[in-house]
Amino acid sequence: MTQLQEDAAARTAGDATPPTPVLEVTGLEVGYRTRDGEVYRAVRGVDLAVQPGEVVALVGESGSGKSTTAHAALHLLARGGRVTGGRIRLAGRDVSDLTDREWQDVRGREVGLVPQDPTVSLNPVQRVGDQVAEVLVIHGLARRREARRRAVGLLGQAGIPDPAARARQYPHQLSGGMRQRVLIAVAIAADPRLVVADEPTSALDVTVQRRILDHLEHLVRERGTALLLITHDLGVAADRADRIVVLEHGVVVEQGTAAEVLGTPRHPYTRQLIAAAPSLASGRLVAPAPPTAPTASAVAAPRASAATPAAPAAVPPAAPVLELVDVRKAFPLPRGGDRREVVAVDGVSLRVERGRTYALVGESGSGKSTTARLALHLERPTSGSVRFRGEDVTGVRGEALRRLRRGFQVVYQSPYASLDPRFTVEQVVAEPLQAYGIGTRAERAERVRALLHDVALPADALRRSPRELSGGQRQRVAIARALALRPDLVVLDEPVSALDVSVQAQILELLVRLQAEHDLTYLFISHDLAVVRQVADEVGVLHRGRLVEHGPADRILLDPQQAYTRELVAAIPGRRYAAPAAHPSAAPPATAVPHPTEEVR
Amino acid sequence: MGRYILRRAAQGLFVLWAAFTIAFFVLYLLPSDPAALAAGAGGEVADVDPALLDDLRARYGLDRPVLVQYVDALGGAVRLDFGPSYQSGAPAASLVAAAVPQTLLLTGVALALAVVGGVVLAVASVLPRSRALRQVLSALPPLGVALPTFFIGLVLLQWLSFRAGLLPAIGNVGWQSLVLPAVTLAIPPGAQLAQVLSRSLRGTLGEPYVETARAKGAGRLRVQLGHALRNAAIPAFTMLGVMVGALLGGAVVTETVFSRVGLGRLTVQSVNAQDVPVVLAVVVLSALVFVVTTLVVDLLYPLLDPRIERASTPRTVAA
Amino acid sequence: MTATTTGPRPPEEIEVADREDARSILRYGRARRPRAAGPAVGRAARHLVRRPGLVLAGLVLLLVAAWATAPTLFASGDPITGVPADRLLPPSAAHLLGTDHLGRDVWTRVVHGASLSLRTTTLAVVVGLVVGSALGLLAGFLRGWVDDVVGRLVDVLLAVPSILLSLAIITALGTGPTKIAVAVGIGAIATFARVMRAEVLRTSTSVYVEAARASGSRWWTVLGRHVLPNSSGPVLALVALEFGGAVLAVSALSFLGYGTPPPTPEWGSLISGGRDYLATAWWLTTLPGLVIVAVVLSANRIARALETTGEDQ
Repeated sequence: MTQLQEDAAARTAGDATPPTPVLEVTGLEVGYRTRDGEVYRAVRGVDLAVQPGEVVALVGESGSGKSTTAHAALHLLARGGRVTGGRIRLAGRDVSDLTDREWQDVRGREVGLVPQDPTVSLNPVQRVGDQVAEVLVIHGLARRREARRRAVGLLGQAGIPDPAARARQYPHQLSGGMRQRVLIAVAIAADPRLVVADEPTSALDVTVQRRILDHLEHLVRERGTALLLITHDLGVAADRADRIVVLEHGVVVEQGTAAEVLGTPRHPYTRQLIAAAPSLASGRLVAPAPPTAPTASAVAAPRASAATPAAPAAVPPAAPVLELVDVRKAFPLPRGGDRREVVAVDGVSLRVERGRTYALVGESGSGKSTTARLALHLERPTSGSVRFRGEDVTGVRGEALRRLRRGFQVVYQSPYASLDPRFTVEQVVAEPLQAYGIGTRAERAERVRALLHDVALPADALRRSPRELSGGQRQRVAIARALALRPDLVVLDEPVSALDVSVQAQILELLVRLQAEHDLTYLFISHDLAVVRQVADEVGVLHRGRLVEHGPADRILLDPQQAYTRELVAAIPGRRYAAPAAHPSAAPPATAVPHPTEEVR
Repeated sequence: MGRYILRRAAQGLFVLWAAFTIAFFVLYLLPSDPAALAAGAGGEVADVDPALLDDLRARYGLDRPVLVQYVDALGGAVRLDFGPSYQSGAPAASLVAAAVPQTLLLTGVALALAVVGGVVLAVASVLPRSRALRQVLSALPPLGVALPTFFIGLVLLQWLSFRAGLLPAIGNVGWQSLVLPAVTLAIPPGAQLAQVLSRSLRGTLGEPYVETARAKGAGRLRVQLGHALRNAAIPAFTMLGVMVGALLGGAVVTETVFSRVGLGRLTVQSVNAQDVPVVLAVVVLSALVFVVTTLVVDLLYPLLDPRIERASTPRTVAA
Repeated sequence: MTATTTGPRPPEEIEVADREDARSILRYGRARRPRAAGPAVGRAARHLVRRPGLVLAGLVLLLVAAWATAPTLFASGDPITGVPADRLLPPSAAHLLGTDHLGRDVWTRVVHGASLSLRTTTLAVVVGLVVGSALGLLAGFLRGWVDDVVGRLVDVLLAVPSILLSLAIITALGTGPTKIAVAVGIGAIATFARVMRAEVLRTSTSVYVEAARASGSRWWTVLGRHVLPNSSGPVLALVALEFGGAVLAVSALSFLGYGTPPPTPEWGSLISGGRDYLATAWWLTTLPGLVIVAVVLSANRIARALETTGEDQ
């Protein structure tokens, strides 16, 4: 612990005269007016205090009201939102009844905000230096020229290399991580007593996330600024916060020091969150004992593959379901640039064995999704070959490809985009059956019902529109569709990354159960090593289109050999309070791995 | 940059050529006999003395094969020669050239009115605090878009010229005669601009970077004019090319209503008389205006939006 | 959950299951959730009650359509021959919109003119829609060189102001309502083609279309079941918008005298006929003009409603 942290801890421990909190929220109520004229109570009686120099994490899943609470503290609620009760005090001053004009002097000067998505939170037509300088100008801390000069210094403090040059650039010329650093510079520019960071890194890659959070934490500790960190990620909260506040449905269910909340959670919801949070410590999920209920396999439908016990001889046991041999994929670039093409996948070879899960891990731009698309024949490799069930199928097209597709199906990342909004759930799941003319109408309906049962959706979901379902339920529909043809291979492209952590856990359990029940083979694409840990047998790590390391999951995740893999593993949040026994000491701090181009484009 | 301009200029030339070609074949190959048209018989061959027709065909070169005529006409068009007008016998190009200045003046003033009025109306319909005021003002652009140009002109004439006697009803003399036509011509495109801009402004106000600006403590004006308006102007700016075209088209009706001399009047007269060479020249001229306007808009675009890079610097690759 | 629930809804009842829900609450102040209870008719009725302007717009168009189909129900007089004694009478109870220089009732002529005006307009929209969306569909679905060719054609059509394009076509074809309709329709092709192409491109590159392809559907199944239904919304909105535009264009061309010769009533030529009496008989131009304005406003209002329904999805 730093000196400041100890100070803060000592102060919160309750001396005779407790210091005035920088932020004190009592009985906060926020309502959103819905279109039907009703009021949705997003925040209900929240009490919360942030002491000077303290880092407090506000943790909750979507819709828990965590963002709303933070925005209420800055009087920046979205349209239709209104504080309907409670008081907000900033450094002892009651700001609940300030006018809009008075709030302008508070925002930026006394409370800084680091917003959620750096890619859209900077004005695209203004130089970043000017956007930082603007804070100083608004609050009369500097004149324009002086403010510009100081903005360069602030950008440097926020960890931007060559800040003088960067200050003259526009947001689109910076990477996501760099843009978030600019926003941090904006937040600290006027030296506020409190910085509110609203999911500051959830849009960024994990290694970038780690560097940004390290830097943010370092900055606030150094300046003695208090930080209210909003996050859905318990791991992030565990690593960074002095105290943790857990929100559920707009109500604070638990708060205390990080050690208390994570070590001895009292509320069942907190326990559930901790249990659902994936980490390397959890190990691979194991399917429960086979259920007694009838499953989809009970319904007669011809199996596409030759893997049924009746015909085991058709495939030699050694042949992997999918094999990529030195595949390379280059996309041509529009003319005018100095590069002709961009290489998304550069000589990747991998084998996915029957009944196993091969996880392909990488950050954005690593080529993992392109590899998945090559496996699915949605892209053609520039060179190399794709072998399916032991057969070279690289150049297959037309009707032959369509017949081949029966053997491999896909589940996409976003369950919102992958289901036709005009279809009912039944139509979605029946579509592959219809495409191959399998069964009569009645048989198909029967099979769809069995599939929905398999993925644990209620039967009354059949006639619903996907729009009426939650994200987790939609993803179950997508899984049912992928299983309808009893494929040999299911490609799961980031299947849980759009979901909340508790929903994520349920979907992962479902996938593991289905794999056991139906002897499925998965190619699992993910950026999240902790998720991969729960499902993978084999892991391949992709970095800039190349497979830098691959092997059994245990070895890769617990004893990585390559520098890049180590950095990835080290960046997984949630290490501070995890059981030390489960963690190898293999992972050095990320700073040990110099990363030449960092986030600069 | 130079290469970009060259490429755009080549595209523009293509559009001009295609507009000429399509118009040529539409005008020369459709059912009516051009020679009969030239004889002023409305395309009906039967009513005209055959000898006269032959004479006319020979005079306008219509007795040659179509392709030869086309190549000849194209060659002429490149030299700005569209042949003699059927009506007056004067070169079509010089008839058009003579009509351009008055129309240029009218459309120029109307464009300025439309842009200023449209922007002011859009800003005024989104930004005021008063909800009632915003609602009243935002009802105006849809109304303006629904007004037929000739109707605006007639109503203005009726009330401001005939009833109130404030402004002259017809003619080209003096600035007073320009006021009503320019206002008439400006209202529909101005309302269209206001519609696009106010919609885009509303969208921009919901963008996260506007929230960032508010979180800095920026006041209303700074947020709305400093951050939102500049971003909202970008899509509205692309409308400029279409607006100039709409003004040119609107001039046809406006000049007829106010009996002004100009390109629009000339067009109407030529269409009435089925004076093919003049109509062809007008069509090509309007395409030229469009091509030049859009080229200028595209060249100015990077000044407004730094995300558009036209120079030969390597493009950033979003991997 | 029942439709009669009043007051604040307990949050537990609103399904907030994930990040997307939270976003929609922040954006629209509500979560996606199962549709409110009650029959579809009731829901539609409630939707409309909150939009009186939209209801009015629908009524205007219905009324005008009724004029076009059964004009004598609304105006029993003779639209062609007038009563000379009654010439140039201002609006009154006997003559709602006054009378013209031949003593014909303006109201009667407006009602009887609806038929020809609307037929011309509709034909124009149909020409634009059929040709334009066919081109757009080909370009968006086939892409490649077809897309290039269609794109160039659209560029050229957009380069000439639509009224000048129409005038050029009229020069070649001659005058008359059908020819006006074709001329206006050709002017609308470019817009339809562009919107259709953009929509088809958007839907055919969407994840659910790729999912359908990946699950083995044939291309025509994908086109028919996914691409076309999901592309139709904005095109439908454009039909309404272009209808308004075509009313304006057709009336402008009739006003210029390229439509039907007198004495047949038609809205544009009706107003044109009133030009000579601007100083004395304001009702001859103003009142029929307002009818056109009302029709165009209504069509545009409905177009906007269709657009926003599309955005909701």
